[in-house]
Amino acid sequence: MSENQKVIEIEVLRYHPEKDNEPYQQVFEVPFTDDMSVLQGVQYIKDYLDGSLSFRWSCRMAICGSCGMMINGIPSLSCQTFLRDYYPARVRVEALAHFPIERDLVIGLEGFIEKLESIQPYIIPKEARTLAQGEYLQTPEQLGAYEQFSSCINCLLCYAACPQFGLNPSFIGPAATALLHRYNVDSRDGGKAERMELINSEQGVFNCTAVGYCSEVCPKGVDPANAVNQNKTNSAADYFLRFLAPKGGAK
Amino acid sequence: MKPGLKRSNAPIFWALFGAGGMLSALLGPMLVFITGLAIPLGILLPADTMSYPKMLAFAQNFIGKSFILAIIALFLWHAAHRIFHSLHDIGIHAGTGAKLLCYGLAMLGTVLAAYALLVIGF
Amino acid sequence: MSKRRPYVRSMDGWWRKNPFFVEYMIHEGTALFVAAYAGVLLTGLWRLSQGEAAWSAWLTALRNPWYIGFHLVALAAIGYHTYTWFKIMPRTMPPVIVGGQRLPGWVITAGGLAAAAVASLGLLALVWGMAR
Ligand code: SF4
Ligand code: FES
Repeated sequence: MSENQKVIEIEVLRYHPEKDNEPYQQVFEVPFTDDMSVLQGVQYIKDYLDGSLSFRWSCRMAICGSCGMMINGIPSLSCQTFLRDYYPARVRVEALAHFPIERDLVIGLEGFIEKLESIQPYIIPKEARTLAQGEYLQTPEQLGAYEQFSSCINCLLCYAACPQFGLNPSFIGPAATALLHRYNVDSRDGGKAERMELINSEQGVFNCTAVGYCSEVCPKGVDPANAVNQNKTNSAADYFLRFLAPKGGAK
Repeated sequence: MKPGLKRSNAPIFWALFGAGGMLSALLGPMLVFITGLAIPLGILLPADTMSYPKMLAFAQNFIGKSFILAIIALFLWHAAHRIFHSLHDIGIHAGTGAKLLCYGLAMLGTVLAAYALLVIGF
Repeated sequence: MSKRRPYVRSMDGWWRKNPFFVEYMIHEGTALFVAAYAGVLLTGLWRLSQGEAAWSAWLTALRNPWYIGFHLVALAAIGYHTYTWFKIMPRTMPPVIVGGQRLPGWVITAGGLAAAAVASLGLLALVWGMAR
């Protein structure tokens, strides 16, 4: 460590289920350089100060979606948030809001995985096709209808930004709805009616009060709020018109 | 995975909320200015703009009636829906009670407005 | 035996913890003024149905400084509702495709605000026209 090594304080919300009744703050002094992300700061803690600190990460390049944390209260990918932007102040890191804390910065993902499963995040072909019929063709416009929503990396920052999910964890929530929408508007897909059941349900889009923060924090420009709100319109149309033109999706 | 999904009845309230929100966003400020400031303070508009004969004629006219009813009712339904959600937001999960109170008051206001418009006649 | 004991944090005061949420609560709060103003109009309508004397009494009451004060605050609040309503429109509306391009959000917001301005001036002109 050289003389003019900068040192930043990182305050971490700790929680070890086997010994702590509730989470508590712990401050670490971390030497850093200007090119270090918050993730690298936390890694420094684990490597040199306290090996018991737990957190998730993998790619270090904002694509795997596993390193999300609350950084000074804002849902962020810790690998693309830099310590230099906080120095000389202290930076606070905490597990993503609205999810149960499994241990330190690690959240419980089961709820989300279940939701992801329930939306059937794969193309349900409109009609069976044989290999001989060749590939599906799509125009740039057809691609444009869903492309944005397919950029989701399941980082869950949007859920940590969504108070309605925090207040009611059964709400299907931003990313799952964005993904659901991504398949519903895909010209190759025929599963819309099935997926609309979820949209229309009490776990569905009407839990959203258009806070809009989810889209604000999304690192991939997915705009999940738009997917949710477009489906309010879809769902309302289905609600009022289902008796006129029954085409499934309603019960 | 298909748990017993229950269809939400929210679209009814959401549609009313949206209609009232749009109407109040488009006309709300100007209406407040006209009825609450310009007329009482006697600025900008002729003094007898809201005189009894003029307002009576307006409220007896079919278009005038519809306008008055739409403004009062949709403003109320818009507000009721927002307030209901805000109660939930600040941690008052009164559920059915809050729902009945919010939407019930909007319903009451709608009925009263319709009744007054009937009394005013055609 | 599993050592798992997931800790669920409280949501108490969530809306105070982020300026974005504070703004959200404020724009949701404009509904109180929309409701109160609808109440004022409903009272007026009721008085109108009771005849000329009742109506004139209501008009006089509107000149009360408390009423004026209320309407000033309501004007600000509902004006803010107008602004925020159109500000979130790009997020709440299906995409608008013009010439193969998705219309940018600010255009939708600006369009909405322009529509509100036109509608308001139209209303004023209409009231003006009917009054003369
Ligand atoms: S929608 Fe955006 S914020 Fe939400 S999980 Fe996907 S990438 Fe992350
Ligand atoms: S480590 Fe993969 S997104 Fe941050």
